[in-house]
Amino acid sequence: MDELIAALHSLLPADSVITDPVRLRTYECDGLTYHRATPGVVVLPETAEQIARVVRLCNDFGVPFVARGSGTGLSGGALPREDGVLVVTAKMRRILEIDLPNRRAVVEPGVTNLAITEAVRDQGYYYAPDPSSQQVCSIGGNVAENSGGAHCLKYGFTVNHVEACEIVTPEGDLVTLDRMDPGYDLLGAFIGSEGTLGIATKITVRLSRTPEAVTTVLAAFESIEQGGQAVSAIIGAGIVPAAIEMMDALSIEAAEAAVACAYPAGAGAVLIVELDGPAAEVEQQFARLREICSAAFELRVAAGPAERAAIWKGRKSAFAAVGRISPAYIVQDGVVPRTSLPAVLAAIDRLSREHRIRVANVFHAGDGNLHPLVLFDDGTPGEGERAEVVSGAILDLCIEHGGSITGEHGVGVDKSRYMPRMFGADDLDTMQLVRCAFDPRGLSNPGKVFPTPRLCGEVPGVRKGVHPLVESGKAEQF
Amino acid sequence: MDPKLINDCVHCGFCLPTCPTYVLWGEEMDSPRGRIHLMSQHVEGTPMTPEMAGHFDACLGCMACVTACPSGVQYDRLIEQTRVVVEQEYERPPQERAVRGIVFSLFPYPRRLRMLRPTMGLARRMASFLTRVNPSLGAMTALAPRVERRERLPRVVKARGERRAVVGMLLGCVQREFFPQVNAATARVLSMEGCDVVIPPGQGCCGALSVHSGLDKQARRLASRTVRTFRKAGVDTVVVNAAGCGSSMKEYADLLGYDPGFRVMDLSEFLAELGPVAVRHPLRRTVAYHDACHLAHAQGVRAQPRELLNGIPGLELREIPDSAICCGSAGTYNLLRPEAARDLGDRKAKAVGSTGAELLVSANPGCTMQIAAAMRRAGADIKVAHTAEVLDASLRGAEL
Repeated sequence: MDELIAALHSLLPADSVITDPVRLRTYECDGLTYHRATPGVVVLPETAEQIARVVRLCNDFGVPFVARGSGTGLSGGALPREDGVLVVTAKMRRILEIDLPNRRAVVEPGVTNLAITEAVRDQGYYYAPDPSSQQVCSIGGNVAENSGGAHCLKYGFTVNHVEACEIVTPEGDLVTLDRMDPGYDLLGAFIGSEGTLGIATKITVRLSRTPEAVTTVLAAFESIEQGGQAVSAIIGAGIVPAAIEMMDALSIEAAEAAVACAYPAGAGAVLIVELDGPAAEVEQQFARLREICSAAFELRVAAGPAERAAIWKGRKSAFAAVGRISPAYIVQDGVVPRTSLPAVLAAIDRLSREHRIRVANVFHAGDGNLHPLVLFDDGTPGEGERAEVVSGAILDLCIEHGGSITGEHGVGVDKSRYMPRMFGADDLDTMQLVRCAFDPRGLSNPGKVFPTPRLCGEVPGVRKGVHPLVESGKAEQF
Repeated sequence: MDPKLINDCVHCGFCLPTCPTYVLWGEEMDSPRGRIHLMSQHVEGTPMTPEMAGHFDACLGCMACVTACPSGVQYDRLIEQTRVVVEQEYERPPQERAVRGIVFSLFPYPRRLRMLRPTMGLARRMASFLTRVNPSLGAMTALAPRVERRERLPRVVKARGERRAVVGMLLGCVQREFFPQVNAATARVLSMEGCDVVIPPGQGCCGALSVHSGLDKQARRLASRTVRTFRKAGVDTVVVNAAGCGSSMKEYADLLGYDPGFRVMDLSEFLAELGPVAVRHPLRRTVAYHDACHLAHAQGVRAQPRELLNGIPGLELREIPDSAICCGSAGTYNLLRPEAARDLGDRKAKAVGSTGAELLVSANPGCTMQIAAAMRRAGADIKVAHTAEVLDASLRGAEL
């Protein structure tokens, strides 16, 4: 490692290579604090060329590397390696080009999601995917995780809004993957690969036209069942809103404590429904929506951008806001078919009572993407473990109902152990073949996504000592 | 560094884009989340290394992160506690100690500042020489404003017309010595709006600079003196026109451990609550309003000054992009950390310039000096004024 650090120093300015142990520890985790590892060394490159050279050095020394953007991920995708290099893209935040006639912008990976929208908003454009952390999460991280957000119901995920990526491959080559390239959709494979297929260094995103009309409605229901029925009815009526979000009483309480969002008092659930598009269409859909939500005891319509922001504020801050009502919590992320929502929610409620662990439900109801927040007190012995059990059981529920273990937060280190529950050995082997095609030496973010080293994926020579996942009992080596 | 307060942080990172040093450098340990991590390392037993102290010192204390935090982390209290620990446990290099010595034995003392007044013209001409001696000295001189003639304020300014309130008024240190016209305008505006303004003589520093720098003892001494002064004056509301002073005075109960016996309000907060009665004369100006961090983030006062400015006929208010990001002044920061402060000042100057406004209005003397200096550097001199001066001009029907 010392030789590698010396080599890194010759590559990068002194303050872009972090080796001080106290500083290194501030990078020990991303948005998921449950998993921690102090990186061997942190580098903060400012150009793609620098990243490529860092990666080539890692290859020369056989040392693994992990990319990190703003460090807001919720699956531990950017968990560092103690024996590796953490490549932080936070200094690469220039918007390189805005090409409105072609509705594209070219940005560096450290640019925040919201910064893209802010740069083109006045011209009537925006970048559609909007994770709740959009003011801080980096576009490079969005590409790695194929991030979604509340509006993905109508507009799709990151993968639907990226036209091209310049990447540094795991072997250190600088190449461009373009949507227009004939042949295999390598860009599609890269997006959502969670840092295992290389590091994005330049991203061409698609810009969308700001819709002519937007109507945001907050509907308050007495119970979560009523809310769930309204969701099914909306979709059943052929309406595709830009977003349908649901929050239960506990998460409303948290949001209220945090940002005083003033949602209707006494609500068992609120639905946030956003309709957008041509004014006539929005108006007609809104009339339909009003009929469908007749069970709601209050229906609030945002009068302007300020009121719309106020409605969204409660929802967008919900995860972190839970910190106000619980010392610790796990943000879970799973998907179920929309029609299974009521059954799954009832089952979550049973789990919660059975294990005496509170679960707050916030979710993208439109596409069945659940975000149960499993609350616990880390000061009370045994509660953390019980929360873990509940959290895992929720994922089992999702799989049982034909859903998925992650909707948008990624697998990372946190859910790799659930992959075999969702996929058979052949599936996982096939995925490894793809990975090996990009990363034959297994240096690019090893230990993520896949439960166990298989095939050529993770070369034993790279790892020193016992794999941290094996050590923590989350994986077994065979 | 209260571990309970530290544990409130859930590591979500929503504070990062609002933190001026993270905006500048993009490094985790110079973000609020990173600094809280450093605090927890210290609580767990890691000694206060020079690196650690450096990251705490680099924090401007702008509190933008407090506004942004969805989990309600009291970073303001955390960093104040931390600064006290830094002072106790970390020995700074000699040159840094010397600069801090000058700053903290000068700025909280209005009389000592007064002695500087005649030298300020000369100091500005010596700025480039002094910068070479020490960047902090250079910054001090480059920031020096053109001082106006002192105006001696009486002990009581009587209300004009019907009396609606009796208020105490804090003169501040830098405000009093370098911006006497702001205090005069404040007293006039309050009087014209129907307030008896009590200005107790013998006011010293409120202790804000010391609180924000971890000088616990000095802070308590100055604060308790200020409390005694205003208690003796017998007012139940003290109006403050300097954001940094106001935010610290609102925390007196925490600092001193007892209730000071009067409420503290920012001038704009007070006027908005009181409601306007005096006639506003038109002022045909385009104005960019700058949110002082200690007003917007620390006191949550954003709407009131805008409301007051918008109440002036003919005045056009323009918003400054990225208004939540600090200008780099931050109390004594621009003196102690001149390079970082300069970078932030330049960013702010650019943002202010983009509004095309003729006049920059702010409610904190530090911000005014900092942004004016940055605008001068960029060759885009802009007229600056305090909210009180703009209101005063409108109420009197005078030019600004």
